[in-house]
Amino acid sequence: MARIDLQNLAHSYVPNPAGPQDYALKPLDHQWRQGGAYALLGPSGCGKTTLLNIISGLLVPSEGRVLFDGRDVTDLPTEARNIAQVFQFPVVYDTMTVYENLAFPLRNRGLRGLAVDARVREIAELLDLTPDLRRRGRGLTADAKQKISLGRGLVRPDVAAILFDEPLTVIDPHLKWELRSKLKALHRALDLTMIYVTHDQTEAMTFADTVVVMHDGAVVQIGRPQELFERPAHVFVGHFIGSPGMNVLPAAVQGRHATVGGHEIRLTRGYPRIDTGRVEIGVRPEFATLAPAGSGVPVRVKRIDDLGRVRLAKVELAGLPLAATVPDTLSVAGEEASLLFELAMVHVYADGHLVEGEAA
Amino acid sequence: MDKPVNQGAWLLVLPVLLIVAFSAIVPLMTVVNYSVQDTFGNNQFFWNGIGWYQELLDPSTDLGGRFFDALWRNLLFSFLILAIEVPLGIAVALSMPRDGWRVAATLVLLALPLLIPWNVVGTIWQIFAREDIGLLGWVVNHLGIPYNYTADPLSAWVTIVTMDVWHWTSLVALLCYAGLRSIPDAFYQAARIDGASRWAIFRNIQLPKMRRVLLIAVLLRFMDSFMIYTEPFVVTGGGPGNSTTFVSIDLVKLALGQFDLGKAAALSIVYNLIILAVCWVFYTVMTRMDAQTDAGRG
Repeated sequence: MARIDLQNLAHSYVPNPAGPQDYALKPLDHQWRQGGAYALLGPSGCGKTTLLNIISGLLVPSEGRVLFDGRDVTDLPTEARNIAQVFQFPVVYDTMTVYENLAFPLRNRGLRGLAVDARVREIAELLDLTPDLRRRGRGLTADAKQKISLGRGLVRPDVAAILFDEPLTVIDPHLKWELRSKLKALHRALDLTMIYVTHDQTEAMTFADTVVVMHDGAVVQIGRPQELFERPAHVFVGHFIGSPGMNVLPAAVQGRHATVGGHEIRLTRGYPRIDTGRVEIGVRPEFATLAPAGSGVPVRVKRIDDLGRVRLAKVELAGLPLAATVPDTLSVAGEEASLLFELAMVHVYADGHLVEGEAA
Repeated sequence: MDKPVNQGAWLLVLPVLLIVAFSAIVPLMTVVNYSVQDTFGNNQFFWNGIGWYQELLDPSTDLGGRFFDALWRNLLFSFLILAIEVPLGIAVALSMPRDGWRVAATLVLLALPLLIPWNVVGTIWQIFAREDIGLLGWVVNHLGIPYNYTADPLSAWVTIVTMDVWHWTSLVALLCYAGLRSIPDAFYQAARIDGASRWAIFRNIQLPKMRRVLLIAVLLRFMDSFMIYTEPFVVTGGGPGNSTTFVSIDLVKLALGQFDLGKAAALSIVYNLIILAVCWVFYTVMTRMDAQTDAGRG
């Protein structure tokens, strides 16, 4: 159990990186606190697995240091740094029984006898593997195999952290939810640092208390799930989290006003004049509601989708497409309507990055 | 619904039946025919019933003694080359590069011996191992080790076994390499995370994944070595004495050297049956293993 510090960590797979485009992982400082449940969220190829493999020691970073409780482990091999990792595809030793599979990491570290037995049985119980302990690894379902992989990660009591690399990819959807809740319960029961890599926002949001969003080799935001939802630090976070993602509209911002396609939207915070680069405002569909024509910013309704619990409208604001929530009480007739924004949830972005306004 | 019965389909099977009949069944029946008769030439045949078989399978007779001696030699030879080629092939496969241009280079180099015609392999070693002009034989003798495969049975065996190892280890290595390449990287990474030793990785990951290709390799090498003819015939001709006379070589001596067609035919049939039986055992084991693996996927 340990705190993990990453200092100026960066990695490039090419020998002499010429510029930022050559880095699979751009320079990064971060501290993973002991006992935290983290999710590393991002699309494929954003550097999540690279970061994970650096922490576990499967990969030596080209720059920067990795510290476990202040001890530099950057150049230590995996075996020497007390870390467990669970991979995307189940790894089960076919020739061994489930029991031997679970005991394998312990026995390799010289543990014998009762200490092994007690721990293996505890983990098997937590993962509902007890009835299968005597069976061979061969002949089990993918779910059971992945449970064994998880079990081998969890079985070592002394690990600094357990890293999960998209561990539920091969699991049936209805079991995914169950295993995820199980992992969450295990996290509470075992007080371990867990880092969970995924490209699935639901997985990340339900598992983690801190979500690290990565994009193009860089960390774009670190925060609680609610923060990511309410105050995306980057338009990418706005797009990637939420379904559908945040509406991003080109705008001119001055003081407490934003102008979008000739229409004015009031802002709750004051902004200095931003001249450089691309200026946009972002608002989630959840915070933009459709209203009868004449009561807000005029829009043209293109389509309304009934998603069961909510209705979602695809509208156009001066030709710019965006999504908005349709209140239950509203019945839309014709194309003309207007939009009401929850003003505190309208954010200003310059070149993709959130601009902090001055609260007045 | 009734399916219309159409006997016309038999016509479509006919060409295959004809080809198999002329290529296998008719010649085999001729051999069966010979094996129950005796001849003293002039195309005169005398019925002998199962006499040749009785003689052949009784080690106390001249023919039976010859047959069992050759059979044990064959089994010893197969055992020796399997005991050397399988571990050596695995070792070579394990030390082969996993990526880069060296993979192609290694594969080509390894495949070279497999591409050489068998009698050429025999000739190469026949010359290479000669104690007067052969590089190997000359060097070994000048190192003070007496080595002469034309006079000394042990030297002859060493030569033939070494030649087979040189010729066929590549096949085992290539098959094992294919098995090793099918192991995803995650297995090695997981093993490192689990703190597995080199031996544990071999024992629990690599060997189980190579099990099926190894079985195929053992089957191929066993059958091939059990039927070996060309190479020892070219190198030693079965000698010195009878020390490298394998069943196939003895068969040729019997049929073409002594014109004992009846004895040779009986020997052919028994030899054939042994090979069929071994094939059947291997086939059964392999299908059973397949069934196990398939159940494993379910």
